[in-house]
Amino acid sequence: MLNIKNLQATIDNKHILKGLNLNIKPGEVHAIMGPNGSGKSTLANVLSGKNGYEIKGDIKYNGESLSELSTEERAQKGIFLAFQYPLEIPGVNTNNFLRTSLNSVRKAQGEKELDALTFLKLIKEKASELGIDEKFLSRQLNVGFSGGEKKKNEILQMKLLQPKLSILDETDSGLDIDALRIVADGVNSYKSKKNAFLIITHYQRLLDYIKPDYVHVLSDGKIIKTGNADLGIQLEKTGYSKIV
Amino acid sequence: MKTEDLKNIKDYKYGFTTDVENIRSPKGLSEETIKFISKIKNEPKWMLEWRLKAFNRLKVLKEPNWQKPKYPKINYQDLYYYSAPKSASEKPKSLDEIDPKILETYKKLGIPLDEQKRLNGIAVDAVFDSVSVATTFKDELTKKGIIFCSISEAIQKHPDLVKKYLGSVIPISDHYFATLNSAVFTDGSFVYIPPNTKCPMELSTYFRINASETGQFERTLIIADKGSYVSYLEGCTAPMRDENQLHAANVELVALDDAEIKYSTVQNWYPGDEKGVGGIYNFVTKRGACRGKNSKISWTQVETGSAITWKYPSCILQGDNSIGEFYSIAITNNFQKADTGTKMIHLGKNTKSKIISKGISAGNADNMYRGLVEIKNKAINSRNYTQCDSLLMGNKCGAHTIPYIKNNNATSTIEHEATTTKINEDQLYYCNQRGLDQEEAVSLIVNGFCKEVLQQLPMEFAVEAQKLVAISLEGSVG
Repeated sequence: MLNIKNLQATIDNKHILKGLNLNIKPGEVHAIMGPNGSGKSTLANVLSGKNGYEIKGDIKYNGESLSELSTEERAQKGIFLAFQYPLEIPGVNTNNFLRTSLNSVRKAQGEKELDALTFLKLIKEKASELGIDEKFLSRQLNVGFSGGEKKKNEILQMKLLQPKLSILDETDSGLDIDALRIVADGVNSYKSKKNAFLIITHYQRLLDYIKPDYVHVLSDGKIIKTGNADLGIQLEKTGYSKIV
Repeated sequence: MKTEDLKNIKDYKYGFTTDVENIRSPKGLSEETIKFISKIKNEPKWMLEWRLKAFNRLKVLKEPNWQKPKYPKINYQDLYYYSAPKSASEKPKSLDEIDPKILETYKKLGIPLDEQKRLNGIAVDAVFDSVSVATTFKDELTKKGIIFCSISEAIQKHPDLVKKYLGSVIPISDHYFATLNSAVFTDGSFVYIPPNTKCPMELSTYFRINASETGQFERTLIIADKGSYVSYLEGCTAPMRDENQLHAANVELVALDDAEIKYSTVQNWYPGDEKGVGGIYNFVTKRGACRGKNSKISWTQVETGSAITWKYPSCILQGDNSIGEFYSIAITNNFQKADTGTKMIHLGKNTKSKIISKGISAGNADNMYRGLVEIKNKAINSRNYTQCDSLLMGNKCGAHTIPYIKNNNATSTIEHEATTTKINEDQLYYCNQRGLDQEEAVSLIVNGFCKEVLQQLPMEFAVEAQKLVAISLEGSVG
């Protein structure tokens, strides 16, 4: 699904990713761990197509070169990024945003756009699966949401848009244990043989709930170690310093 | 047609002119021109005298120049002050008799001059150039005693009301453009709602500038008698052209005891091209008097067009407990300029006013909010709340806020809040990541920014306005 070869990324003359290689197949869950400043969020931004990065190397997504696709085209083709800091958009109703988003993706995929009523039924269903109160949907997008609510909203969007590749950028940060469980349940319930996850995190605790197939350690812009779920547990005990 | 012309037409959706033979007044501003206008409209003597009084006053007035957007000197002797579609002089009795080209123009604009209107519940008094060519729903309104007609007709049929109220809110000596309008106004709408009557439908007028070199001087007068209610919609689109055109309308609203007037505008005059050539000068005087106790006047405007927009829809809160509101969205793109805002003059006790202004600048445009809140010494226990928000797109545009605040008594309160923000790249990225393209994302964010104002518009207008907001800002980011 995703093949990254010798990826280099520079922003504002800062060289951040320095030759990163990663292969993700459908059905796999990959976790990326690493100390602050190692380039974890940069990787998420580069994959989703954020502006401002100078990029070298090759990223193939389902055989297609990502560098030629705009952010929205990537999203429409099934790449989803759960933001570390979801943005607030004042005056925009959450429901309305989610419907616009879903219909943009559906339209690009040649599917029929959903009318307001059909959508409402769908979103209520998805929201209740995540234990999200309906009232939440009529509030302005992320405005005045608590950290936990924002992250739950990201997972709701993921489940709604049904991406092929879901990138979770420190979705666990700032979550209490209950919210963490809800987020993890959301991910686990969406996991299938067809879709894949790239989970970026500092801590093992999220991986207690979402079991990764691979754990990679990112340091100074490169993956320096790859292992199975045990690597995460080991890191939790020893810290990064032993490896880096 | 040159390719460039074609491109311009594509860019301005409503940019087309209709070929209609025109009857024109003599060129230039003179007593002769005014007499011509008055004669062709078959006006009574008092009306001509009123016009001439304004004209004499105009001779000693100077064009104001304190506004921020400057414009080349207007040669008032080079304009035509009256122009009417020829077919209108034969007074069409039904839509079938109307010049098909005019009907075609309305069709392009999406003005529903057929049965659809009935379903939509909108009566349209359509102004094509300077003469009203079609008025509908009159019968239904007449049953309730509501008068909705052109001001020309009102002068003929309801002279007492016109004499009593015309110029009572905007005196003929008020300022240069208002006085000019008083001298040469050609047509516009007249509305009278009798006591204790709620107007059963939104009243709507579409204005268009069509004949070349014709300044347009609309005059609108709306009177809501005691305990009545009316919602009035005004929408404008104009055909594209190169020459600058002056639009100096006067709108007067009078609300008597316990009456309410809601006046909504969507203004989309031709803004000039991407380089700033051409476009309408929209110098309009709009003023409402809350003359009676417990009366209310609410202005809502969505200003997206014109090369220069220069207007301050205002409320004079004379009656005790009266309320004035101003909700505004002003969008300027490319080389457009706007100097707009409101005046709230508190005279009566316990009067309240609320101002919500949303200014959006893109391209090389300049957007100014200028407002006056004045609470006079007898207006005890009065309140004003003002919120001015500016949104900048790109780094070549400007936003300015100049609030004038005068509070003359200690029992009254004035609150003013202002923010200026730049459209946030991260918000755009977030929307893009959810599959929205750049234009959809901008439209979503901007409509969110304007929401408090958009939700004041009647439903069918709000949808149109949202689209217009998006169209106006197309191509302004990224």
